[in-house]
Amino acid sequence: MTLALQLSLPRAGFRLEVACELPARGITGLFGRSGSGKTTLLRCIAGLEPAVRGQIEFNGEPWQDAQRFVPAHLRAVGYVFQESSLFPHLDVRANLEYGLQRVPPAQRRLDLEEAVRQLDLASLLRHRPAQLSGGERQRVAIARALLSSPRLLLLDEPLSSLDPRSRAEILPHLERLRDVASIPLIYVSHVLGEIMRLADELVLLEAGRVRAVGPLQQLLTRSDLPLAQFTDSGSVFDAVIEEHDPTYQLSYVRISAGRLAVALKQAPIGQHVRVRIDARDVSLALKPPELTSILNVLPATVRELAGDGDPAQTLVRLELGTEPLLARITRRSAVQLGLTPGMRLHAQIKSVALMESSAAPSNW
Amino acid sequence: MDSADLIALWISFRLAATTTLLLLLLGTPLAWWLAIGSSRWRTAIDALVSLPLVLPPTVLGFYLLILLGPQGALGAPLRWLGVSVPVFSFTGLVIGSMLYSLPFAVQPLRDAFLSVGTRALEVAATLRASPWDRFFTIALPLAARGALTAAVLSFAHTLGEFGVVLMIGGNIPGRTRTASIALFDHAEALEYAAAYRLSLVLLGVCFVLLLLVYGVNRRLRAVGSTA
Repeated sequence: MTLALQLSLPRAGFRLEVACELPARGITGLFGRSGSGKTTLLRCIAGLEPAVRGQIEFNGEPWQDAQRFVPAHLRAVGYVFQESSLFPHLDVRANLEYGLQRVPPAQRRLDLEEAVRQLDLASLLRHRPAQLSGGERQRVAIARALLSSPRLLLLDEPLSSLDPRSRAEILPHLERLRDVASIPLIYVSHVLGEIMRLADELVLLEAGRVRAVGPLQQLLTRSDLPLAQFTDSGSVFDAVIEEHDPTYQLSYVRISAGRLAVALKQAPIGQHVRVRIDARDVSLALKPPELTSILNVLPATVRELAGDGDPAQTLVRLELGTEPLLARITRRSAVQLGLTPGMRLHAQIKSVALMESSAAPSNW
Repeated sequence: MDSADLIALWISFRLAATTTLLLLLLGTPLAWWLAIGSSRWRTAIDALVSLPLVLPPTVLGFYLLILLGPQGALGAPLRWLGVSVPVFSFTGLVIGSMLYSLPFAVQPLRDAFLSVGTRALEVAATLRASPWDRFFTIALPLAARGALTAAVLSFAHTLGEFGVVLMIGGNIPGRTRTASIALFDHAEALEYAAAYRLSLVLLGVCFVLLLLVYGVNRRLRAVGSTA
């Protein structure tokens, strides 16, 4: 299951020149600063840019090559646009039905009631788009795209036009999408936090070209890429909820390298979650620290030291079990501890953020 | 009002209705092409469509008379084919009126299609709607206000036309004499009472039509029905 792309499209000011192969499963994040060609690439995949040259192949089916250009309405691709894109002359129900009615009944993967329930739209069905808030509109747009039973769902910064409250309201829905939709998603964003929360695979775009493609966990911690330099850079881990401790209001989750304490989370034991550890919340100690207030201390190995945008800081890429962990410490500490690749030490993790539920990788 | 005037009014309304209907049918695809097309001829066609706005109606009528007349470039082949020549007939009136009112139908439609924009149509495409499907379910409903404006303006404009109708129709009572020509005849003959009555009817109809357009437009705006 792959989406193979080899595209070329000249645009005013820059040229989109992309060749890569994406896994057609899970959520693929498309990350880059504004103007890097994220939206243009997404539109090419959807078939909305007839001027693009090159090849697109989805699961072995050619959508575009030298001879053919499958038009957008025959690609069965769902698209959620950046700003509200509801049909203003139709109410919410008719908007939802627009896509549904154009799918042969045998091919429908979702019925109206289920979509309404999943995205919590029951009270909005008779409303006109103009009466909805920004967050409500995007929820309707997502449900409408899903109801067209797409084989691939493209989301173009669906949160960027929303206020923080609406964003927080939609994010859990997006995470649940992975469980509900069981189709690949491509999620465009220029907000690292959203990508860390949602993406499994990452494509890094720079000036119309692919700078890097790979699993999110790897790309986040690579010192040769700009992601590690972000002030809110960090690492993500897939984890399983193992134990709740109501006395101290803590939950314990298991990652490959050990056990982490997080703030108490109302979630069943055994549930898969994603945790995020910010690079600035990781400190390093050569000996196992005694008498410390920090709960999470795990053995780690230094893999790489790299300069940071801030000349007083150093980025340290560690290995926690088999997974990469990024730490940002002062350059002075790095020198004093004599850090070198291969060194074994202890990572003290001051804070672990547990993100909303995510599907187990095996569910894909 | 005497029966001759009633017949003239009837001819005017029949002409306006026929012209409006045909203009909507033929003007909509033309307006669509002007709005979304990328042909290099587009600007030239746009200007051509707008020509009747500035052209003296008698000029248009004169050309049509020459073109469609028994010896004309179009009239002669028509006669050869056995079709009756359309000058001095209701058909001729319709052809002349359609050309004369063309910009009043096409421009509001074109602007309405332009304001629908490409986004809604792209969304529809990703929801599996074919180009025809998108046109009828998205572009046309969203351009409804433009279509209404086009219809009313074409109707009212045809009702009021004089020069083209006189040129190509020839003022034949009961066949091509429209209300506006009858009005002119009355005024010429100093029959002011009859002229007043006809004027009042035409004024009233035009005002009610425009009232309808503005009323409907306001209501559509209120429910947020435009993109």
